[in-house]
Amino acid sequence: MTLPQFTPLAASLFSLLAIGSLLLAFVMLGSRWLRDYMYAFGLQSWLIALLSATMAYYAHFPELYLVALLTALFRGLLLPYLILRILQRLGADRELHVILQPSTALVVGAAAVVLALAVAHHIAAAIGTSSPVVILALTVMFSMKLIGFLMLSVRHEAISHILGLLILENGIFIGSQVLIPGMPLLIELVILFDLLVAVACFGVLARHLMERAGTTSSLKLRRLVG
Amino acid sequence: MIMGLVSVVLIAPLIAVLLCATARSARAAESINLGASLITAAAALPLPFMAHPARIALGGYLLVDGLGTWVVLCAALVYALASIYAVGYMRLLGEPQRLMRFYALFAGFAWTTLVAPLMNNAGVYWIAVELTTLVSTFLVGFEQASESIEAAWKYIVVVSAGISLALLGTVLFYWAGTAVLGPRYDMTWQILTQSAPHMNPTLVTMAFLLTLIGYGTKAGLAPMHTWLPDAHSEGPAPVSALLSGALLNTAMVGIVRFKAVAEQTGTGSLPRVALITLGVLSLALAALFIVRQRGVKRLMAYSSIEHMGVIALGFGFGGVLGVAGALYHMLNHALNKSLMFFGAGAMMRAYGTKDMTGIRHVGTHFPFAGALWLAGAVAITGAPPFGLFLSELTVLRAGFTPTDVWAAGIMLVLLVVIFAGFLNHFRIMYFTEAPTPAPDVQAIGPWCTLPMLLAGIPLLVLGLWWPSAFSTVFHAVSSALAGGAP
Repeated sequence: MTLPQFTPLAASLFSLLAIGSLLLAFVMLGSRWLRDYMYAFGLQSWLIALLSATMAYYAHFPELYLVALLTALFRGLLLPYLILRILQRLGADRELHVILQPSTALVVGAAAVVLALAVAHHIAAAIGTSSPVVILALTVMFSMKLIGFLMLSVRHEAISHILGLLILENGIFIGSQVLIPGMPLLIELVILFDLLVAVACFGVLARHLMERAGTTSSLKLRRLVG
Repeated sequence: MIMGLVSVVLIAPLIAVLLCATARSARAAESINLGASLITAAAALPLPFMAHPARIALGGYLLVDGLGTWVVLCAALVYALASIYAVGYMRLLGEPQRLMRFYALFAGFAWTTLVAPLMNNAGVYWIAVELTTLVSTFLVGFEQASESIEAAWKYIVVVSAGISLALLGTVLFYWAGTAVLGPRYDMTWQILTQSAPHMNPTLVTMAFLLTLIGYGTKAGLAPMHTWLPDAHSEGPAPVSALLSGALLNTAMVGIVRFKAVAEQTGTGSLPRVALITLGVLSLALAALFIVRQRGVKRLMAYSSIEHMGVIALGFGFGGVLGVAGALYHMLNHALNKSLMFFGAGAMMRAYGTKDMTGIRHVGTHFPFAGALWLAGAVAITGAPPFGLFLSELTVLRAGFTPTDVWAAGIMLVLLVVIFAGFLNHFRIMYFTEAPTPAPDVQAIGPWCTLPMLLAGIPLLVLGLWWPSAFSTVFHAVSSALAGGAP
């Protein structure tokens, strides 16, 4: 395992950015307003772009500057803009019926982070490292995965589902920036592009959903069972 | 020679996408797609028999090996059959102005399922599989009824969430590889397999389980199958055939390749036990839902889950027999399920209902198409003398080892349950009195019957004769998966 070796300053910067992104995921869990989700996601993407840039600087992967720039542009500006447009078209502005109150969701989310931390510790022990940056990166990656799935299962609005999926992706992106900064550039770029296409597809489908099924809430999508 | 054929397979559908998107009339789009699909199938047919030893092309991004070309062969056959069928079926929709878009998407979807199995880089493979979802979701929702849109939405959400797990697993595999190969390397299957013995087993186990769940979602393995019955039943019938016969296999390729990597690491029997467990679960779930099913296309969809379970069991049992059985089953299932979906789609149109209670006296109304569909039903439950009987028997034989006999035993029982449950629906549809006065029945055109016949004949031939050329391919794939030279 080639584990990144960082100066204390770099390590604390990474930790700050990773924890900041995790906190923004909690902002999404704790709110009912779809617009808040979008702002939190946009901000989170900017933090990830910063993370890529710091990684490029400290670990000497110059191509990550490009990734940082594109992350800021695509995930930080274009995706929130697309989501904003979908929001305006659908005319939904908040979750009307919540299965889990936002406060309860926050507690469940916290439990998810604890679980992720335990798993991260286990993996770190197995590969014989105690680097806090690695443990933190794994924790953030797994807990954002779990929080994303939590969003998918306790929220109903189509927009919440799109954002839940985007959190899943952001979590993986944070983890991969820290753990495997040498990942081939081509793949990172294609995944960025893929994300854009995916959100566009989601937007088109959500509009069809509104037109044909008259709702974008998954609670009302119960025609197909058995 | 072989690379020429591969480029035909990869380029013909792409050209069809462009031409269909710009075509002026539905008839033109229809014939372009049909032509492209027939060329693709003809080029894909000899590929598996020429793919030994494996070749690498396009700067290392394309891998032409036995496993990949075999899945491409299955996908290309289904694409050709479904394109013939689509000519007859899609005209019934009565919206010729939208058919150009349909055929462009259809060829595009076929292209993604043909490309993905040949991807040499695990990351690019993930992207290709993601692309299959994005394209096919619009095909699932093509009829634009509220049910189809609902199915398309559920499909894209569930599958995207699922395969994001596969991405996480892929990232962890890459990370595990950096221990041996340094921070920058090309994540090809070959390099992964070679460096696997030096990777950390705990990390690889976790990475494999994530990819198994992720691609398992896409392959329709229970309990991640929830999108499958909706998407398969609500899409137009040619799309259902392509989803079932081509897409599911494409996702299975990822599981099989990652399993081969994981087994080179010291992960013990966990990867195969995990795969076998998902296979058994899929069979069990399919058995429960087949027995009580009401919708005719949902019945076929659950049968797809069953057969993906059988294929997962074959690869899980492993060895030459297991791999051969699973690969043979892929081909047989691709042909057979196309036949079944074609029949189901035609009956759905003829009787004007998706509900099996409204479909009666199929044999009297449609002597020829009905007979073909009934033969297909007998075949798909694994009865002789059809191909699926041979392949299921081979998988079962692979399972009769001291460690796996439990799974083989359960599989046998569940296959019997499914046999009875599935054919009971056909008994009712063919031979019982209608509860209400006979509905008006529309005729089935020759464009719909012909592909059923074309799928049915090889199915019978493959049940009576196991070509020795196939065995050579299966041996090569099995030894490549076991870590030998691909």
